[in-house]
Amino acid sequence: MMARFLYRPVLVTGLVITLALVAVALLSLVWTPAVPSKMQILLKLKPPLSAGLFGTDQFGRDLTSMLMVGAWNSLSTALVAVALGASIGTAVGVFLAARRGWAEVIGMRICDIIFALPPILSAMMLGAFLGAGRFTAILAIATFMVPVFARLTFGAALQIWTRDYVSAAIGMGRSGLAITFTHILPNISNQIIVQVTIQLGLAILTEAGLSFLGLGMPPPAPTWGRMLADAQTYLGQAPWLALLPGLAIALAVLGFNMLGDGLRDLFDPREQN
Amino acid sequence: MLRTISMIGSASGAITRRVALGLMVTASVLAMGQSRAEAAKDNVTIGMAIEPAGLDPTVAAPVAIGQVTWQNVFEGLTTIDRQGKVVPLLAESWTISPDGLTYTFKLRDGVTFHDGEAFSSATAKFTLDRARGDQSVNPQKRYFSTIDTIETPDATTLVLKLKQPTGSLLYWLGWPSAVMVAPKTAENNKVTPVGTGPFKFVSWAKGSQVQLEKNAGYWNSQVSVKLEKASFRFIGDAQAQAAALKAGDVDAFPEFGAPELMESFKGDAKLVTVIGNTELKVVAGMNNATKPFNDKRVRQALMMAVDRATVIEGAWSGLGTAIGSHYTPNDPGYIDLTGTYAYDVEKAKALLAEAGYPNGLTFTIKAPQMAYAQRTSQVLQALFSEIGVTMNIETTEFPAKWVADVLKAANYEMTIVAHAEPMDLDIYARDPYYFNYKNPAYNAVLQKVQETSDPAEQAKLYGEAQKILADDVPSLFLFVMPKLGVWDGKLKGLWENEPIPSNVLTDVHWVE
Repeated sequence: MMARFLYRPVLVTGLVITLALVAVALLSLVWTPAVPSKMQILLKLKPPLSAGLFGTDQFGRDLTSMLMVGAWNSLSTALVAVALGASIGTAVGVFLAARRGWAEVIGMRICDIIFALPPILSAMMLGAFLGAGRFTAILAIATFMVPVFARLTFGAALQIWTRDYVSAAIGMGRSGLAITFTHILPNISNQIIVQVTIQLGLAILTEAGLSFLGLGMPPPAPTWGRMLADAQTYLGQAPWLALLPGLAIALAVLGFNMLGDGLRDLFDPREQN
Repeated sequence: MLRTISMIGSASGAITRRVALGLMVTASVLAMGQSRAEAAKDNVTIGMAIEPAGLDPTVAAPVAIGQVTWQNVFEGLTTIDRQGKVVPLLAESWTISPDGLTYTFKLRDGVTFHDGEAFSSATAKFTLDRARGDQSVNPQKRYFSTIDTIETPDATTLVLKLKQPTGSLLYWLGWPSAVMVAPKTAENNKVTPVGTGPFKFVSWAKGSQVQLEKNAGYWNSQVSVKLEKASFRFIGDAQAQAAALKAGDVDAFPEFGAPELMESFKGDAKLVTVIGNTELKVVAGMNNATKPFNDKRVRQALMMAVDRATVIEGAWSGLGTAIGSHYTPNDPGYIDLTGTYAYDVEKAKALLAEAGYPNGLTFTIKAPQMAYAQRTSQVLQALFSEIGVTMNIETTEFPAKWVADVLKAANYEMTIVAHAEPMDLDIYARDPYYFNYKNPAYNAVLQKVQETSDPAEQAKLYGEAQKILADDVPSLFLFVMPKLGVWDGKLKGLWENEPIPSNVLTDVHWVE
């Protein structure tokens, strides 16, 4: 098992990147080099290494600390949103696969409608109603995760429903709910795990986009997206202000995507031997 | 250059000829371009951050309207010059009766509107009646309400009888909202402005630019307008503004949007940066009618928690002047009151405790999306946290949502905005106004200002008014924004300071 694991460079790289990010995010909860919201105007716009590891922003705040806390804010928002979206989406998907008929038609068409809406635009509408903030961001991202998981699990579950052992279970008079829990879910869990990983990357990107537009967590909470937005006009003077959060976002998305790809290969029965 | 190429080309004659031909063409195109550029020195493109929604300054408040039209297309009876002084314009002279109730204006003869219509006392009466009437949507309607009757004994005499002495009348008549309009064209001024000014309106490409051209029949023969054409281009994004300046797409940005980008022009030999002063007072208004801001001590404590130098440095790259009340150093009778509740964390904490908040308090600021407002809010948030006060920042959209929520409904705790109108101390005496600040003593002082027309007496009274505000702190008085001018070094005649929001082009010209 271990050897099989180590021969997969994509998986290992993805895992290393994501674990490192999670470690930094968790560390920020107990320790950061400085208080991220602490302004020291005299130290403003110091380049990396001249004040702290990554320098300071236009208010003289420590960029290292802001990036660390930003990692936690991004990851936690993305995790909660994906967890929410994945659970609801999966529940909907397997339910529709068990029920079929009109429920399937209506449920899947609703998913199509949600798919057709651009997430950022809808998040802006949500923000207008609920006010910008972490809750809005989570809700917006989760809403667009639901149809992704509903479709995936619906399709996968349909396949399992045609298997002989499921037919046998039906013949023995077991209920749809029982079959879903004992046969369907365990057999599609790998696909869900892979999708969750990939969607995490997407969720981080969306969260950054929302923060960039001012729809994420309000200041003083540092978020990568807002750091990037604030850095725009300082690009000539202090390029690191934009580069560092940009790199952080790219790295996080890359990490989750590689992890997802690696997991998919790992779970793929055709590559088992 | 050419020689080098023909040397290389000796190996291949055809290519040489083609290259040489190409070069000749290029050179002649360049030469043409140059001569065109030289001939083009009689037009100018001015950049502005905000596009006005209409072009009639007498029907809507946004300063961008006046920044295109005031003194260019439209002119008033009086006007305000570079130094902020009231000077005659369409009114040649005037006399004020000793009781300050009758103003007799001698109007200029031979003034015509751009459509050929003559300007007379009847036009002036029409304009003022339109501005003060029941149907008026003039943004400064209140200023005209002091006029009781308007008489026009002859075509060049206008007599205003006032209800009460109004010392600021001549100043208000110089504002964009008091420009003269003709009865026939007034309705359409929003889209096709017709005035008496040195420039005629040509076209307005919505979302892009407004074009003006020289008014050949301009009445004032003492002024020689050098520009044949002028256009105002609207570019909202600060990066794009900088790019347009560097590329020469715009010749001037009299009010450049991003102080942090000013440094980037230093290396550009073509451009000059001019930092002047404005009337833009950045103040964090508080709802004086609601808890906890109905307690003066809370407001004073918050004022003492603010280090204005830090605010200016953090929000506006150190460019700006600290103020201690709602008044700028340009204004008559200005006194520096930044020391009244100077930055003192310990005193602020003590006063907050005395007001019943030993453990601090929590409130929300509604901050518009503009960079200055967002950044200032963040600095204030950090400063307040030093005295145990938690301020949440809620971003609101300016102007529509802010005007509806804050200005009109006063549904807010604290907000922040730059007040652009010059000499607007009277906003603290208005009821209703979003500060909900009510102080009869203050209102009395402002009343006295209007009862005298003696500038020295007015200056003294303005001093008193400033002191009352500095002590009562109805809003946190932060700083005056600088006017960040960036323009081509060969362009002369633009205003360096901004006693009133404007882009007067009368004296603008190119030098070699």
